[in-house]
Amino acid sequence: MAVRRLEAAALDALFGALRRRGYTLVGPTLHDGAIVYDELDGADQLPIGWTEVQDAGHYRVVRRDDDARFGYTVGPYAWKRYLHPPALRLWRAERDAEGGFELLDDAHEVPRYAFVGVRPCDVAAIAIQDRVFMGGAHVDHDYQARRAGAFIVAVNCTEPGGTCFCASMDTGPKARAGYDLLLTEIVEPGRNGQRAEPVYLLEVGSERGEELLSELGGRPARDDEVAEGERRLAEAADKMGRTLDTHGLADALRRSLDNSRWDEPAARCLACGNCTLACPTCFCNTVEDTTDLTGAFAERTRRWDSCFTHDLSYIHGGPVRVSLKSRYRQWATHKLGTWMEQFGTSGCVGCGRCITWCPAAIDLTEEVAAIAASAQARATRRQARVAPSPETGKGVGDAATTR
Amino acid sequence: MAPLVSAVSRTADPFVRTGKRPTLAVWKFASCDGCQLTLLDCEDELLAVAGQVDVAYFLEASSATVEGPYDVSLVEGSITTAHDAKRIREIREMSGKLVTIGACATAGGIQALRNFAGPDGGPDVSAYAAAVYAHPEILDTLPTSTPISEHVFVDFELRGCPIDKHQLLEVVSATLAGRKPQIPNYSLCLECKRSGAVCVMVAHGQPCLGPATQAGCGAICPNFSRGCYGCFGPHEGPNMPALGDRFAELGVDADGWLRALRTYNAYAGPFRKEADHVERTRS
Repeated sequence: MAVRRLEAAALDALFGALRRRGYTLVGPTLHDGAIVYDELDGADQLPIGWTEVQDAGHYRVVRRDDDARFGYTVGPYAWKRYLHPPALRLWRAERDAEGGFELLDDAHEVPRYAFVGVRPCDVAAIAIQDRVFMGGAHVDHDYQARRAGAFIVAVNCTEPGGTCFCASMDTGPKARAGYDLLLTEIVEPGRNGQRAEPVYLLEVGSERGEELLSELGGRPARDDEVAEGERRLAEAADKMGRTLDTHGLADALRRSLDNSRWDEPAARCLACGNCTLACPTCFCNTVEDTTDLTGAFAERTRRWDSCFTHDLSYIHGGPVRVSLKSRYRQWATHKLGTWMEQFGTSGCVGCGRCITWCPAAIDLTEEVAAIAASAQARATRRQARVAPSPETGKGVGDAATTR
Repeated sequence: MAPLVSAVSRTADPFVRTGKRPTLAVWKFASCDGCQLTLLDCEDELLAVAGQVDVAYFLEASSATVEGPYDVSLVEGSITTAHDAKRIREIREMSGKLVTIGACATAGGIQALRNFAGPDGGPDVSAYAAAVYAHPEILDTLPTSTPISEHVFVDFELRGCPIDKHQLLEVVSATLAGRKPQIPNYSLCLECKRSGAVCVMVAHGQPCLGPATQAGCGAICPNFSRGCYGCFGPHEGPNMPALGDRFAELGVDADGWLRALRTYNAYAGPFRKEADHVERTRS
């Protein structure tokens, strides 16, 4: 499919086309000092001319000197808010005359969303949650229904943020699959006090996307325009605010469960759970049963939970992971290590939310790099001890003396 | 499908099958009445409450009282006098379940500031009494304000200043059904993130006690762009020194951190210990 070039006005056409097809539009918008996802009426509610500064435990929106519609990266909330809502009633029941209970018809219509402005890291995150909720023997039906209905307009990142490391996780800055439509925003600096209007390169990822094309206007992109988009994306990959060396990482983490370096993040960790709730792939939830005052009605609700709570690892007698160290380690080693054994990919997409939205400013990339380096140093020392000495042909130590 | 009720033993399900409405008593100790008012503030659910329990003693609502014993007692307020220390033991004696409601009853309340008012950081009520009352000499009060659980066994503690109406209804519903109330002990941040609020600490640079505070209020203050004041007290495992470091990085000095800790839940363990530490170590 050839790349097309659109004017900024095409976004209005896109919103209209999606609305006519019955989608509820959700996209980025400025709210309470942050760029969050919310239901939008039109493209004019996008954060036009805004960007953000992100660092560990720090986020501020700032003005741009152009009218970019997508001149920022990701905010505090991931799209899982819409696909895996923070609270969901699973069923309701009523006490019957015989003292048993009867399930009540609790059918509810699952909203059909069009997500506009999904970043490549988040496109990858949705694919990871697809695997979690639909990839095994037990499919989550609510997620499946929401996911099946969702239309995804992805937007490539030409300007990575301060905590971004998608290039390290191989999920961006260009989306490869998992979208219906894909935009690359090209905006030139303003001149003579005139704010420049962005233009867009459009790629199609599905039949549903293709079907919209005739309503969006534009023209086939010239080769030089496509090349300019590619050039900006290639540049973006080198401008990531953070990096993470994933080579041998899962193995290094597996060998580092007793590493004292975990004490450092544990000393700063607040056990608040913000990293897990901001994370676009964290899926832990808890199920609560309640009855009403009369005892005649009961219901079961699923809520977002976190591996940083005591209850998540509570078995009879108490929680398994009492120390902050054990909880931080569990989160990090699952996300970047054991997730691979469980689901076949890393659980991290490099969006940087856990770094930005940690109120204690703990940087996952920094902590994990230190753990990996420490594991590597330990392995090197161990090798030196067991390696045959050139003089004697015997190792300085043997297996019995190394740990 | 298996009957719901038969799965529950009679002892664990004390009220559902007896056919008799359990009696409810509401007691006040040193407090502002705000938590009792939360019960009256239930409005839509108030008739349902009245339908399920026999409100036998609730002076805030009615001067008509029925003598004990009572199946369930809700206790508001802290123990600040010798008379109240005796009275709470009598109430415990005549109560089946005793549930404390609010920061005064669960942590000593704002009046527990007297517990640290002495020159050595120990209890002293005289300075406060002199500042508040024209004739402090007529007062007969203990030097401390303490939570109910320091005096008698408490079946369940419901946090908050004031308590949250939905949590109160959940505790009453759970108690009537003989089940464990669904009241989480984790951080306010979980509730804040679920609610969709923007983190005031990260996005606005505002100090916020949320990362150390127990959920329950629905993250009211962050949803109005204000930091959490810690009305629900410390969560299950707060890292107070780390949050203190973060407050310092956001420009809060030791006095400010101390003031943040010493409010409605000043006497609650983790807040108290951190404040004691700050007071001992500050220059």
